Amino acid sequence: MRELDVQCIADKIARLCVEANHYLGEDIKACIRQKAEEETWSVAKDVLASIEENIAIAEEGVFPLCQDTGMACVFLEIGQDVHLTGGLLEDAVNEGVRRGYGEGYLRKSIVEDPLRRVNTRDNTPAYLHTEIVAGDKVKITVAPKGFGSENMSRIKMLPPSAGEDGVKDFVVDTCLQAGANPCPPIVIGVGIGGTFDKAALLAKKALLSPAQEPNSDPYYAQMETELLERINQLGIGPQGFGGKTTALAVSIRTAPTHIAGLPVAVNVNCHVSRHKEAVL
Amino acid sequence: MEHRLQEPFTKEQVKHFKAGDRVLVTGTIYTARDAAHKRIVELLQKGEEPPFDIENSIVYYVGPTPAKPGHPIGSAGPTTSYRMDAYAPTLLDLGQLAMIGKGQRSDEVKEAVVRNGAVYLAAIGGAAALMARQIKLAEVIAFDDLGAEAVRRLYVEDLPLTVVLDCEGGDLYRQGREEYLKSVLK
Repeated sequence: MRELDVQCIADKIARLCVEANHYLGEDIKACIRQKAEEETWSVAKDVLASIEENIAIAEEGVFPLCQDTGMACVFLEIGQDVHLTGGLLEDAVNEGVRRGYGEGYLRKSIVEDPLRRVNTRDNTPAYLHTEIVAGDKVKITVAPKGFGSENMSRIKMLPPSAGEDGVKDFVVDTCLQAGANPCPPIVIGVGIGGTFDKAALLAKKALLSPAQEPNSDPYYAQMETELLERINQLGIGPQGFGGKTTALAVSIRTAPTHIAGLPVAVNVNCHVSRHKEAVL
Repeated sequence: MEHRLQEPFTKEQVKHFKAGDRVLVTGTIYTARDAAHKRIVELLQKGEEPPFDIENSIVYYVGPTPAKPGHPIGSAGPTTSYRMDAYAPTLLDLGQLAMIGKGQRSDEVKEAVVRNGAVYLAAIGGAAALMARQIKLAEVIAFDDLGAEAVRRLYVEDLPLTVVLDCEGGDLYRQGREEYLKSVLK
């Protein structure tokens, strides 16, 4: 049994919160570069150029990529041969977020209660999802999630008869209804199957996939390609000003489901598709 | 077409703006988002003074990140505007000149823009670092307890924006998409 002090997890999370908000992943940067080259509509090209300029400014370390530095979504894959010591894991995660958002001058966007809405002033609590996996390591993923795009996400319990077409139409319609609101070009995470809540989790996890890395199942890889094409035929364009580049990437994750059900969830992310990983 | 919008701001300056035009704003503007809008409208309903003069004001829907030492403000890109739709017509009817945000607006807001000769401008969502560099001064003037949502007075230089709704009913989100789709179908 390997021992790991939860303080190490807190320290790492604090750093990842700051890094994720300043340095966009190389995969998503390459994707934006490619789309900027392929874009033909002049207004759209200008917007994409501004977005690339913004990425460069954020990398100087003073200004975060977006003022919505997000709800801190933390995913932990904990090896079952790890013994966590030094305190409660959840407390350590929140301490990491508190420190990262404080020391990093990131925005505190969390309200204590959804209806009474008093800001907690330190961006806690984090959204925490833990999973027990094989091995003696802990993998940490910090994905600050902005709510301009989160608000445009949707879930639907389709009947199995809706099939592949029903799923695809729901994904494309979600992007159409979202229009300019989620700061296109967007990144789309799709969760299909499982239960009501599992589909949403799958959609959120799909956003953590490297941009443009196809699904390992050729059937779903083909669906990702087709969905991306259909979304980009909507003409919404960067910021909704018109153009080819409405979405940068579509990623699908699936799970076994019930004979009576076909849950589908679409988690919308903006072009500031942030996530940073570390293994302890 | 590109315009410069400079102080003193007047309705006269924006009446020729068309959806799709670029605008560079220089001058004093105010920040307000969800919670601040709610409070401002509540103050007005009670007959009390709002934190700034609504007439000819430009309001930026933004909740910036905290300022680092040596900087007036942190990152400051637009938040999604539809959440302010419930309050915007009231402010427009009181003479508000411009709203800066991003995303679609309700028919009520569109009508209020036309009725009052106002304008709705979009900043690039997610380009918050780029916007921050154009903000030279920032000061909280009301609702300090709201943190990022407090009302701030900003002095901006050449804040780069795009006209989305103009006072003749033009709507860039509708027209931009239509024109692009027409161009691909040719």
